[in-house]
Amino acid sequence: MKKGLILMFVLITGMLSAQEMSKYEAGMTKALAKMKTDSTIADYTATSALFERIGDAEKDKWLPYYYAAYTNYMTGWMDEKADKDKIAEKSIQLIEKAEALDPKNAELFCMRNMVAVQQMMVDPSSRWMSYGRKASKALEQAKDVDPNNPRIYYLEAQSTFNTPEAFGGGKKAAKPKFEKAVEMYAAFKLPSTLHPDWGKEEATKMLEECNK
Amino acid sequence: MKKSIILLLLLFVGISVNSQILVRGTVKDNKGKPIKLASITLIDTYDGATSDSLGKFSFKTYDKGEYAISASLIGYRTQTIKILLEKDTAVANFILKDDITELDAVTITAGSFEANDKKRATVLNPLDIVTTAGAGADISSALQTLPGAQRVGEQEGLFIRGGSAEESKIIIDGAVVNNFFFSSVPGIQQRGRFSPFLFSSTAFSTGGYSALYGQALSAVLNLESIDIPDASEVQFGISPIFTNAGFQKVAKSKKASFGMSYSYTNLELYMKLIPQGPDFFRPPTSHNLDANFRMKTFKNGMVKVYGYLNTSRLGLKNNSFDSVGLYNQFKLNNVNCFVNVSWRQPLGKGWKLFAVTSYSDNVDNIRGEVQDKDYNRLPITGIAALDNKSFDIDANKSMLQFRTVVEKKIKGLNAIRFGGETWRNEDRSNFKFYYANFKTFVPETYSAGFVESDIFISKKLAFRPGLRYEYSALTQKANIAPRGSISYLLAKPTQISFDYGIFYQTPDRKYLTQQSNFDFTRADHYILTFQHFTKDYTFRAQVFDKEYKSLLKTDSTNQFAVSTDGYGYARGIEIFWRDKKTIKGLDYWISYSYLDTKRNYLNFPIYAQPNFAANHTGSVVIKKFWSKKMFGINWSYNWATGRPYYNPNKPSEQYLSDRTKFYSTNNFSFNWITKVMKSNAVFVVGINNVFNQKQVFGYTYSSRIKDDAGLFLKQAVGPPASMGFFIGLFMSWGVDRTQQSINNNL
Repeated sequence: MKKGLILMFVLITGMLSAQEMSKYEAGMTKALAKMKTDSTIADYTATSALFERIGDAEKDKWLPYYYAAYTNYMTGWMDEKADKDKIAEKSIQLIEKAEALDPKNAELFCMRNMVAVQQMMVDPSSRWMSYGRKASKALEQAKDVDPNNPRIYYLEAQSTFNTPEAFGGGKKAAKPKFEKAVEMYAAFKLPSTLHPDWGKEEATKMLEECNK
Repeated sequence: MKKSIILLLLLFVGISVNSQILVRGTVKDNKGKPIKLASITLIDTYDGATSDSLGKFSFKTYDKGEYAISASLIGYRTQTIKILLEKDTAVANFILKDDITELDAVTITAGSFEANDKKRATVLNPLDIVTTAGAGADISSALQTLPGAQRVGEQEGLFIRGGSAEESKIIIDGAVVNNFFFSSVPGIQQRGRFSPFLFSSTAFSTGGYSALYGQALSAVLNLESIDIPDASEVQFGISPIFTNAGFQKVAKSKKASFGMSYSYTNLELYMKLIPQGPDFFRPPTSHNLDANFRMKTFKNGMVKVYGYLNTSRLGLKNNSFDSVGLYNQFKLNNVNCFVNVSWRQPLGKGWKLFAVTSYSDNVDNIRGEVQDKDYNRLPITGIAALDNKSFDIDANKSMLQFRTVVEKKIKGLNAIRFGGETWRNEDRSNFKFYYANFKTFVPETYSAGFVESDIFISKKLAFRPGLRYEYSALTQKANIAPRGSISYLLAKPTQISFDYGIFYQTPDRKYLTQQSNFDFTRADHYILTFQHFTKDYTFRAQVFDKEYKSLLKTDSTNQFAVSTDGYGYARGIEIFWRDKKTIKGLDYWISYSYLDTKRNYLNFPIYAQPNFAANHTGSVVIKKFWSKKMFGINWSYNWATGRPYYNPNKPSEQYLSDRTKFYSTNNFSFNWITKVMKSNAVFVVGINNVFNQKQVFGYTYSSRIKDDAGLFLKQAVGPPASMGFFIGLFMSWGVDRTQQSINNNL
C-alpha cells in the first residue's frame, strides 16, 4: 500500500514536473531540430514563426526570439531577389523583443551585426557608411558585454575575409582572426543546450580556406 | 489497490492523449487574394502555423476553451480574433489590412531625383559625382549629365528645362545658398564652391517641387550635409593646381565631431603648361578655409555647424574686339563667407523639428578696363562702346535667413509638415564708369509660410497637397501658391505620378534698383512621370509643360525693370536609364532631353528661344571598376544641338534665330586606389574633351568694327582651353574612405 502510494506520488510528481520542465525545453529542442533540417524559405519562415510563438507564450525568455530572428535572417540569403529590408524589419522587431528581456546580450548584438550587414548588401555603395557603421558598432557592444563569445570573432574574421587585400582584408589578414575564433570556440562553454552554438564548423572551414 | 493505481495512471495518460483539435482557416488580403507565409499563432501557446501559397493553414492543438488567435506578416496589420476550441475542428479566417510602410508603398517624388541612404532609388551620390568623367568633382557639372539640365558652357548655374540660372535655387540643410558658385567671369564657367563629400544626399527636383520651398521658377537642388563621420582622420591632397590639408576629430563617444580644412589653389603652373585662350596675367588663385562641428542631441537629434571662408582673385585680358591694338582687361577680387547652423530634432510621438539659420556675405571688386598696347588704361575717348568697358564695380551681397519646419507623422506614412522662413537680403553696389557713378542699395525682407501633407490612401495611391504663402517687403506683394502631387504604384517598383504647382519668384533684384513695386514672376508646372526603380536599374520618363505666366521685362537699353509682362513656355520629354547590374563592375547611365521653349523676357524684342536652351541634349556616362586591381576608368559623352545666339547683323524680327554648331565632348578619368605612406590614397587623372572637339558656346560681336561685307565682326565663345587635364593625389589617414569604391563595386 505504502509502496503503491509512493510509486503513485513519484509517478505523478515526475510526470507533472516533466511536463512543466520540458514544455519549454521540449518545444525549443523540437524547434531547433526542425531548424537544422530546414532548407527552403518556407521552412525557415515556419520555424521563425514557431520560435516567435514560443517566445510570445513564454514571455520571459530571450532565446526563442533570438532564434526567430536568426531563422528569419536566414531567409534573406536564400533568394537573391529577397527584399532584405523587409526581412530586416522583421528581424529587428524580433531582436528588440529579445533585448527587452535581456538588454545587454552579446548574442543579440551579434545578431544586430548580421542584420546590418545584410541590409548594407542591398546597396553597398550608398549604405556602407550607415549600415557598415551599425554593424561594427554592434560587434563593439558585443565585445564590451562578453569578450569571450566566439561568434564575435568569427563575424569579425568573416568581414575581414570579405574585404579586399589592399585595405587590410583578404585571406592573410583574416587567417589570425579565424585562428582566434576557433580558439575561442574551443574555450567556450555552452550555458545550456538551447544556447546558440553555431559558427564553430564554419570558422574551422574558413581557416582551412585561408591556409589554401 | 493495484486497480486504483492503474485507474489513476490511466486517468493521467488519458489526459495526455486527449484528442487534438484541428484548427484551420485562410489568410487573405482585403481584395480576397491569398496571403502566403503569414504566421498564425494561438496566443499564449506554442501552437500555430504559417499559411501556404493558397493562404491556407492548419494545425493541431491540445488546448481547449476560448482562445485568441492571430495572423501576422510584415507589411500587414496583425489581426487577432477569438476562437472556441471544443469540437474536432475550429475554423479561423483572416483578412489582413495593409500596413503601409515606406518599403512597399508608392513614393512621393515631387518631380525630384533623390539620392539618399533611406531610399533605394539612388541616382547620384557623392561618389557618383566624383567619378563622373568631365565633371571635375563639381556637383552641378555632374548634375548636367541628368535629363532636364542644359549644358551652358560659358556660364555657371543650373539651367533647367528652358529656365535661366536665376530660376534655380540651391539649398544646403534647408537654407538657400546665395553664392553657391564662384563669382562670374564673362564667358568662363565657374565651379561650385562646395565639395561633394560634404553631402550625404542630393535631391534634385527639376520641377513640381514641394511647397516647403519657393523663389525658384524652375528647380530646386536640395543638399543635405553629412552627420558625424565614422572615425577621426587626417587628409592631404596635392595636384599641380592645388594643395589641401584637413582633419576630422570624432569624440570617443561618437556623439560629436570637429573638423577643419584649408586649401590653396593656384592655376599659374597649369596655365603655363596648357595654353589658354585669354591671357591670364593674374592666374586664378584662392585660399579656402572651412570648419565644421556636429553634435548629437537627445533622441538622436543633431546639431550641425558649418563655416566657410574663401578669398579668390584673377585677372585676364583679351584682344579688344572694338578697336585694333587695344585690350580688354577683367580683374576680380572676391571674398565670400558662409555659415550654416542646422538642428534636426525628433520630439517624440511622431513630431520632428527642423530649424536652420544661415548667414552669407559676398564681396566682389571688379575692374574692367580697355587698355592700350602698353596695357595702360585708355582715357576717355568719347566712343561709348570703348568708354563703357572701363568700369569699377564694388558689390556686396549679404543674406541672413531663419527657417523652421515641423513635421508630424500620423499613422503609417501619413504626415503633415508646416513652418515658415524669413530671409533678409542686402545688395549694395557701387558702379563707376567714365560717364556716371551709380550707388545702389536694394534691401529685401522675404517671408513665407507653408503647409503640406502626405496622404496615403493605400499602398498604391498617395497625394501630397501643399500651400505656400509668400510676402516680399521690397515689392510689397504677396502670393499664395498651391502645389500638388499624386503618385500611383502600378506594380512594384513601377509607378506613375503627376505633379502640379504654381511657382512664384521675386524679380531678380539686380533689375530693381530704380523701381521695385513689381509683381512676382510666375511659372505653372505640369509634370507626368513614369518610373521604374530597383537597386540595379533605374528608368524614368517624364513629360512636362511649364507655362511662364509672368516674366520680367526690362528697358531695351537700360538694365532696369519696366514690367512683369514677359511670358513664355517650356515643354519637353526626358528619359533616363541607369544600369548597375548587367555587366559586373560596370555602371552606366544614359539621359536624353527634348526641349521646346520660347519666351519674351528682359530685353527680347520678340518671342524667341533663349540662348541657354538647346532642343536636344544627351549624355552617356560609363564607369568601370576593377576591384582586384583597385582601379577604375570613367568615360562620359555629352552632346547637345546648337543653341541660339544673338547676331546684331540681323533685324530684330530674327532675334536669336541663329544656332551654334552641334556640341559634343568626350571626357575620361582614371582613379587608382592604393597605399601611399601608410595612407589610403586615391590617385586621379582626368582629361576633358579627349578628342579635342571644337566647342562653340556662342558668339560675341564687335560693337564697332565691320567686315568687308558690312557685317559686325564675330568671335566664337568657347572654353578658355579646348582640352582640360587634371592629375591629383588624395591621401587620408584614419578612415578608409576608399572603402566606398570597393563597396560600390561589390
